Amino acid sequence: MLCLSKLTLLAVLAACSACSSIEPWVKPYERDRLADPIMQFDAAPVSAAYMHHVYQAREGARGAEGGTGGGCGCN
Amino acid sequence: MQLARFKPLVFLISIVAFTSLGVNAAVIPEDRADVMYHSYSGGGVTIDGPSVLVRKGFKEKFSVSANYYVDNVSSASIDVQLSASEYKEERTETSVGFDFLNNKSLLSVALSRSDENDYEAQSFHFNVSQDFFGDLSTLSLGYSRGSDRVFRNDDSELNETVDRHHYRFGLSQIVTKNIILSLNYEGISDEGFLNNPYRQVRFVDPVDPNNFRLEAEVYPRTRTSDAVALGSMIYLPYRAALKFKARYYTDDWGIDANTFEIGYKHPIGELFVAEAHYRYYDQTAAEFYSDLFPRADFQDFKARDKELSTFGSHSLGVSLGYSMQIKAVKYLQKLSVTFSYDHLQFDYEDFRDATVSQASPDIAAGAEPFYSFDANVIRFYISLFY
Repeated sequence: MLCLSKLTLLAVLAACSACSSIEPWVKPYERDRLADPIMQFDAAPVSAAYMHHVYQAREGARGAEGGTGGGCGCN
Repeated sequence: MQLARFKPLVFLISIVAFTSLGVNAAVIPEDRADVMYHSYSGGGVTIDGPSVLVRKGFKEKFSVSANYYVDNVSSASIDVQLSASEYKEERTETSVGFDFLNNKSLLSVALSRSDENDYEAQSFHFNVSQDFFGDLSTLSLGYSRGSDRVFRNDDSELNETVDRHHYRFGLSQIVTKNIILSLNYEGISDEGFLNNPYRQVRFVDPVDPNNFRLEAEVYPRTRTSDAVALGSMIYLPYRAALKFKARYYTDDWGIDANTFEIGYKHPIGELFVAEAHYRYYDQTAAEFYSDLFPRADFQDFKARDKELSTFGSHSLGVSLGYSMQIKAVKYLQKLSVTFSYDHLQFDYEDFRDATVSQASPDIAAGAEPFYSFDANVIRFYISLFY
């Protein structure tokens, strides 16, 4: 039992170590395509809001419609 | 409100119109002004009106926004035909928002108010987004609180309330230099008067010439729902983008729903962008829904709202946008004009067209054809960037 716990601990430490070595793999200078306006989930907020409104008024489901965009690195 | 619909629309317009409350990169939204004309026509209902959004940032850290939205409703829907007469009404919604960017964290708050002659809704929204992992990931958490008041035009005694709580979580992830993934969750909890004070259910009455009579619907006073959505944007090998979205929804009224959406954006030259999209939706019925109850007062909770029935819908839409840089005017940068058209088709599986048996006594209640309708939606908007 004790051996199993140690193995688990080692596995967790190894996983953490692996995670900490992961670095952002898409560099800022490689994000020009992601920053292209055609990559926006919803280009115009009033337009997207209205369509969600149209659907929500006629469907039982609701929620998780929010506009989504990417961490486009445009800071 | 009346029989057109009965939903906390104030939440949706505010949350989405103020995009910083969605799962976005933690950046101050761009300065812009949008003026839109919207039109919905289908199922005996016509709704149109304007929506105006103005957003302005200051010192690259602050941004304020305001939205004014109007629905002019003219309704002779299937529900209205069955138990009421055609009506017109207006709903207006106003919202203000404020965003504050601190390093890689974006803090957003918004207040909204919606008014109709028989429904008032106020809501407060809070959201915080944080970029991390070299700005490849954006985490977002949000909370909204709403307070509604429900009235009935022909019953001054009716004065009910609804409390709403929304909890949001979002994660946006850059996967490759061509792909963005997003994951959204929203839990919603409602308490109060959740049914429509005008809508009625029908029950079998062999004595009645139509074989059925009507009585008021009664909903549970609480509702809790969960929705999870997974989306992606993919930049194609040439300058065009594919959009995917899937959502699963479930609630404690027994409704399970699925939504799938696919879209394609394609620039035409330097000035135009064309887009086409398709959306599929289906849902199961609420446990207390029935098209025709066996008798009066058959059960404690009863509904005949077609939005709570089993149905599926298909939507197909296209849009064309034109953008041009503005150099002649000092404070303006860009102007865009966009026209969008969507065609929606709804097919109900356990909601029948009761007006058929009402008009033809030969057709028994419960033997009418299932109801279906289609609708056309138009959006035309002009956006100024400054």
